Amino acid sequence: MNAVPDSEIVPERVLHESSYLHEGFTLRSWLLTRDHKRIALLYLISITGFFFIGGAAATLIRLELMTPAGDVVDAETYNKLFTAHGVIMVWFFLIPSIPATLGNFLIPLMIGAREVAFPRLNLASWYIYTLGGIFVVATLIAGGVDTGWTFYTPFSTLFSNTNVVLAVIGVFVVGFSSILTGLNFIVTVHRLRTPGMTWFKLPLFVWAHYATSLILVLATPVLAMTLSLVVFERLTHIGIFDPALGGDPLLFQHLFWFYSHPAVYIMVLPAMGVASEIIPCFARKRVFGYRMMAYAIFGIAIIGFLVWGHHMFVSGQSLYASIAFSLLSFLVAIPSAIKVFNWTATLYKGSITLSAPMLYILGFVGLFTIGGLTGLFLAATALDVHLTDTYFVVAHFHYIMVGGTVMAYLGGLHFWWPKIVGRLYPETWARIAAVTIFIGFNLTFFPQYLLGAQGMPRRYHEYPARFQLLNEVSSSGAVILGIGYLLPLAYLPWAMLRGRRSSANPWGATGLEWQTPSPPPQENFATTLQVIRIPYDYHPATESAESQA
Amino acid sequence: MSVPAEHFATAEDQRQAAELGMWVFLTTELMFFAPLFLGYAYNRWAYASAFAEASRHTDVVIGTVNTAILLTSSLFMALAVRATQLGHRRPTQVFLLVTATLGAIFLGLKGLEYAHEWDEHLVPWLDFRFAPGNAHGAALFYYLYFGMTGLHATHLTIGIAMACVFAFRLRTQPAQHLRNQIETGALYWHFVDAIWVFLYPILYLVNRHG
Amino acid sequence: MSATFDTFPQAASVLGRQVDVLFLTLLGVTGIVAVGVAVAIVAFTIRYRHGSKADRRNPPSGVRWIEITWTATPLAVFLVIFIWSSLLFAQFHRPPPQAMPIHVVAKQWMWRLEHENGRREIDELHVPLGQPVELVMTSQDVIHSFFVPAFRVKQDVLPGRYTTLWFTATRAGRFDLFCAEYCGTQHSTMHGDIVVMRPAEFSRWLASGSAQPDLVARGFDLYRRVGCSGCHEPTSTVHAPDLSGLFGATVHLSDGSTVVADESYLRDSILLPNKRVVAGFDPVMPSFQGQLDEDDVIALIAFIKSKRGGP
Repeated sequence: MNAVPDSEIVPERVLHESSYLHEGFTLRSWLLTRDHKRIALLYLISITGFFFIGGAAATLIRLELMTPAGDVVDAETYNKLFTAHGVIMVWFFLIPSIPATLGNFLIPLMIGAREVAFPRLNLASWYIYTLGGIFVVATLIAGGVDTGWTFYTPFSTLFSNTNVVLAVIGVFVVGFSSILTGLNFIVTVHRLRTPGMTWFKLPLFVWAHYATSLILVLATPVLAMTLSLVVFERLTHIGIFDPALGGDPLLFQHLFWFYSHPAVYIMVLPAMGVASEIIPCFARKRVFGYRMMAYAIFGIAIIGFLVWGHHMFVSGQSLYASIAFSLLSFLVAIPSAIKVFNWTATLYKGSITLSAPMLYILGFVGLFTIGGLTGLFLAATALDVHLTDTYFVVAHFHYIMVGGTVMAYLGGLHFWWPKIVGRLYPETWARIAAVTIFIGFNLTFFPQYLLGAQGMPRRYHEYPARFQLLNEVSSSGAVILGIGYLLPLAYLPWAMLRGRRSSANPWGATGLEWQTPSPPPQENFATTLQVIRIPYDYHPATESAESQA
Repeated sequence: MSVPAEHFATAEDQRQAAELGMWVFLTTELMFFAPLFLGYAYNRWAYASAFAEASRHTDVVIGTVNTAILLTSSLFMALAVRATQLGHRRPTQVFLLVTATLGAIFLGLKGLEYAHEWDEHLVPWLDFRFAPGNAHGAALFYYLYFGMTGLHATHLTIGIAMACVFAFRLRTQPAQHLRNQIETGALYWHFVDAIWVFLYPILYLVNRHG
Repeated sequence: MSATFDTFPQAASVLGRQVDVLFLTLLGVTGIVAVGVAVAIVAFTIRYRHGSKADRRNPPSGVRWIEITWTATPLAVFLVIFIWSSLLFAQFHRPPPQAMPIHVVAKQWMWRLEHENGRREIDELHVPLGQPVELVMTSQDVIHSFFVPAFRVKQDVLPGRYTTLWFTATRAGRFDLFCAEYCGTQHSTMHGDIVVMRPAEFSRWLASGSAQPDLVARGFDLYRRVGCSGCHEPTSTVHAPDLSGLFGATVHLSDGSTVVADESYLRDSILLPNKRVVAGFDPVMPSFQGQLDEDDVIALIAFIKSKRGGP
């Protein structure tokens, strides 16, 4: 079954039509652009680069963990590797991934606007991101940092002999990139919607990014200050985290996790937004429970600010605080469950095509479900005592962030690639990649749940021999996963240059971004659009009947 | 009336976007200060007697004078906003410069205060000396004192520079052209003032007696 | 040690067994949900694939009673699990009063353990079968975490304060002890063993070993040597709180609050005396930070614990 509607023969004159890609071919026109679409591509290049650096670290980690002995790298190098992997993947890949690439490109289009509210600020965000990246690369060149991405005190402030200050400055700087992006999106969604685009006509992708932006602007500054305090304490040995001076290392943990828990919702909400665009399109059906989906997004964002102490159940935190955080952590699972059920229900009586984006997103729903369910084990205090700081937690968050966010990110890239570059990617290769990634991912990370339950701690360079078999399975899976990731790295750029030309709306999708040519002109729309249709106005019954006629 | 940027339908749209943007930015600034306030609250609970003792060594005279100065500067900033809305260029400039001057006086007095604290060995890390029993708690108090007032002073400096830049630009542009900028700048100024309104009592007034 | 593939080794402690019941229950529940969602997705994808002849009339975009059900049901299940887990977790925090105390000092990258009678161990802990044991732990440097997978227990070990962990072993044998909080270069080699012995065997083991003064005796010696007795004895001219019966009592502080005198309070009082001053006393006690190491502090605390209230 062809996922792509029969490609239209694109008339020659269209090939010479001007799009945002044709507005200047110099480096200057890209580096000084104010076009949100070009800025999105700048981000795409940067984060892909960081993905592969973080991935290289992961490769070495899995290579080391093939055997129980620490025989590939020494202990300090291993510690630097998992730190680099965490810092780069969290702050330089996952957090910006969907918002800064797909969000930047699509939000103005989806709301019928010409631009984001503050285009120059948007460009500044990318430069700030790059500056943060330079600090992190400098850290790696200077020999790395070995504190873990969580920078726990007093190890990071008083004991580590590595480049803590340099790394922390990099994270501090990139945080401002996130804050400004969030600020831009909030004002854009409030002020630049085209006539008729009321709040409850917005695509769920926009809702998701709006909620994400709220988290970005509220939580990230707390991280910025916390990291500043770490730097100051490390440089001066005066501070509020050092127990030898009467300071409190738990104060650091509270401040750190107050940001870092909402941060995981920054990473997953945009992915949910992508899912809510792709599933209705390839099921040819309105999303089930549109309003509940929007409310659930906000439920996740708000409750997500109240659960940070579930990272601290065995930290020395009080019993009563732990119980309160546990209850809230169970509650935050409810809106996520509602979303999963609604996506599933959207498939009911739909007319489903297993295109590559759909494969990625169905994978996302399944893997996010498993990851989310294992979160319940960690929310249960008595179980968390055993499972925290083990590979169970590592598996849990990789299921959500990689099985979840990365799969959705790839699904979104494929879905909107024709819009972004004006050409179609090769469907068969894309499906092969989706399946390869799904298989490789499960082989890599499912064994880690078992390892954790059996008691293998995380951040371990060497481990007892009885854990070897599962580690071997995991590392082998990582090879398959790596191959899966390399495929789109090859065919997406190829498609950009040699793919078949795409029409404005190759998928027959709803949404204003499909009402303009692929790729869009610089000003996005030739005229001001007036929105009258409800969101996701698909009709599976009629479409299915048409295709059988 | 200035021409709106091309992606805004009207100038009013752009003005509202700028204002919303500034409000969102100020929220991020509040969250940036928040961990320091939290650290202060926690340590005041944990080190009650040391904090009380340390509090008595802050200069309440300079602190109070500075508070009055900063509140007055906010008044003048509000007057500047009003003048710019009415299109009165010269008064706007004057009000902006008075605001900036008052801010500068605040900074000057703050510098004097810091110099006194240095003399009295109350700067942590730089030859800090305090009664041995309370030394740790007092060091934490002054660490937070310098951190919070220092961060505040940095923000104030940016505000002063901003006010001066606006006053300078008014030499060649009508007041209406700068209305957006001055209004959003005024929001920023008032925020800096509001932060001080919280810093003043917790650093100068709590436990003053006894 | 054999490398058998052991999916889920049985718990070897009293609370651990209860943890496993909860774990398996939750596994069952979540398994059902996961399978249910997977089956639904696969079934719908097949049945409603583009071009199939399934009935697509009246596709719903919201069905109130279903939505309420799939919101309320998980909520109810979660609350049950939450309450069950909280009750069990509270027991983790309530060591039986007769638990045998062991003092643990963690440092990069080893575990130092001391029994009440003064017998010390490094990276190994002998405990009796079937008797509750309570570990009072502190770190000399960074945060570590005491993790015994077989007992299903874990507790972070912090510098500057004490944290506690208790268990009752239900099987004799040797069980892994891991450090579970990343603590620097050799974090993964900070390994130890818990050796559970039958009570008679354990008593023999405890009594043997090189003769060491027990903790209380060492503490008493320090109490006099470093000068505590100079102020804290009733005959002293300096006005200082009486230490008899202090451990476990409620203390009124100068700021009006009260605190229970546990190990952490005693430690703070010795090393950071002005942090919490007793009501009615001047903050004149000197700090002993730098003069006493963690083992000394533990010994002094053991001595203070042994000072019962007067007749």
